[in-house]
Amino acid sequence: MKNLLTVLFAACALAFANSATAADSVIRIGAIYPLSGALASTGSELKGAIELAVDLINQPHPELKGVPGATGSGLAHLGGAKIEVVFADSQGKPEIGQAEAERLIDQEHVVALIGAYQSAVTKTTSRIAEQRGVPYLNPESSSPELTERGFKWFFRTTPNDETFIGNMMQFLDTLKSVPTKRIAVVYENTDFGVNTAKAVERFAKQASREVVASIPYSAGTASVNSETQKLAAAKPDVAIFASYTSDAILFVRTMRETNYAPPVLLANDAGFIDSRFVSEVGPQVQGVLTRDVWANDLYTMKPVTKQLNDMFKARSGGKELNGNSARSLQGMLVLAQAIDRAGSTKPEAIRQALAATDLSADQVVIMPWAGVKFDANGQNERGQGLILQLVDGGYATVWPERYKQRQDLPTVPFAWKR
Amino acid sequence: MLEAVATGLFNGLIYAAVAVGLALIWGITDVINFAHGDFLMLAMYVAYWLFTLGHVDPTLSAPVAACVLGFVGFAAYALIIRPLQRAPPMIVILATFGLGLVLRQLAFIAFSPDYRNLPDTWLSGSIRLGEISLGRPQVVTGVVALAMIVVLFKLVYGTRWGRALQAVAEDRLAASLVGIPCDRVNAQVWMLGSAAVGVTGALLTSFFYVFPSVGAVFGLLAFVAVAMGGFGALPGAFLSGVLIGIVEALTGYLVEPAYKTASIFLIFLLVLWYRPRGLFGRW
Repeated sequence: MKNLLTVLFAACALAFANSATAADSVIRIGAIYPLSGALASTGSELKGAIELAVDLINQPHPELKGVPGATGSGLAHLGGAKIEVVFADSQGKPEIGQAEAERLIDQEHVVALIGAYQSAVTKTTSRIAEQRGVPYLNPESSSPELTERGFKWFFRTTPNDETFIGNMMQFLDTLKSVPTKRIAVVYENTDFGVNTAKAVERFAKQASREVVASIPYSAGTASVNSETQKLAAAKPDVAIFASYTSDAILFVRTMRETNYAPPVLLANDAGFIDSRFVSEVGPQVQGVLTRDVWANDLYTMKPVTKQLNDMFKARSGGKELNGNSARSLQGMLVLAQAIDRAGSTKPEAIRQALAATDLSADQVVIMPWAGVKFDANGQNERGQGLILQLVDGGYATVWPERYKQRQDLPTVPFAWKR
Repeated sequence: MLEAVATGLFNGLIYAAVAVGLALIWGITDVINFAHGDFLMLAMYVAYWLFTLGHVDPTLSAPVAACVLGFVGFAAYALIIRPLQRAPPMIVILATFGLGLVLRQLAFIAFSPDYRNLPDTWLSGSIRLGEISLGRPQVVTGVVALAMIVVLFKLVYGTRWGRALQAVAEDRLAASLVGIPCDRVNAQVWMLGSAAVGVTGALLTSFFYVFPSVGAVFGLLAFVAVAMGGFGALPGAFLSGVLIGIVEALTGYLVEPAYKTASIFLIFLLVLWYRPRGLFGRW
């Protein structure tokens, strides 16, 4: 018995000693993503993006030039400490994410959390971080309410759904050749659609525009004739759509068959960027505009984006960086830079460093943002979406101006291709 | 207003076209085919692949889809319904439900859950009548639906074979006593009803997207049309289909498009409330 106790004690002491030395050279960050369940494929891509970011920080990559944060030699102000990410599986469920957040903080002793893709999971996991006083960086969730909770420890690098609608209005301001005063919004009556409609209502007023029709519909309906007739009757200058793939297809076909073309057809992402939509309905809706967070032509903009994309492809079995994985990668770099600037693994020091983040557009290499700077609620106020236009079988960036590559775009007014 | 009614009318004809096959099978063989929507899905995939692989226009592939679906209907009857003849009705209903699930899952595996679309077909385009602009595919499908119901009606109520059908529907035992081959008649009805949905499905692809659960979009409306029209009444199912289309369009135009589906079920409830046997039901 006595022997057993001794052994146990020795084992404990050893384990303690191990973690104590490890803490000197390794910074542990917890990452929560849906690694199994319905969103597992997205989750594994995000995990790959986080791992790529960690690799950029820990391992030297002489071929990459000008990736801030990607030092290749660990965190300089922490004696070259390496970053180690402890992944946890939320299974896409808020309650499981919450339990995993508790485990990561209490048992794995991570110094910060990153995640969790779905807004609902980010909501519960960030609440735990707030209670425990651990910094939380959210790279991908877009529900506006996440940064309306007055949290002290929560930071979001991605723009949110309201920013995106605000961006739409800014884009419309740049269209001089057609009127953009009268706005109609067509939306499916779920969270996504209703929030889009509310935001359009609010931002339209600020931009002194008028919402002339607000048309909700139920998803998966057999016909959208009434919706289309209502839209046409309102004679809007701009029609904004919040629809998933099936309804997007049906709306496009119905409007085309009845020969109605809104002068500006502007989608809020979702169904209009689905690859099936682009490949099969695309040829008929050349000129449709959509809001997005990412565009494939960004690869050709900066050589480094292409390099990062190639590195990601090599690790993910051929998948390209997209709006989700690119945001995770960017978020991880921002968090690592903040920890480095803090020069400490103390939560309060990291929080202050995050709050003091001030990156310009050149320092944000991957995402098409004006930079990263958090407001009092932890929302990155320099984030922005893109507006893309469908031309020649793919989407091309038309806004903001500095990411636009084809100067002849955007083409308005919208008309059906025969 | 006029435009709303006109589009509603043609949408209604399309719902009716989906519903007639179901009404026929239900009326004669007493089986509610819960796989009817999935039969529609199969027909749409037949037309989709014929177009995509063989450049056959949906207008031409409609007869092909009718034959394929006729065969599917026969197989469903011979392999599933007939062996269950003496089973309680609930078992038969569940069996058709199971068949529908199997077909849907097989489509998921074989065709992936992607939404598929035909590009422009012969029917694409619109028809202008004065102020009103209507989609040509919808109009053609509606007209074909009308022709189909007339033919079916003639078959069932105007031929010797039709009288045999009615006899089987009325009293199976008595019918077999006077020498009507009930089994064969039932099989024929399953083939005919499924072939009807085959034609509709093929034409639908000229204006609607195809995916494995597309049957659910139209299937439910077809069930409502059949139940509202009245058990065993072909014209009832047809007229209810049209009524559904018009009510839906008027609600969308006068109230709010989001209430379209609710209005259909409200009318359905009212009909059942005041006339439980349906608008044209015989019992």
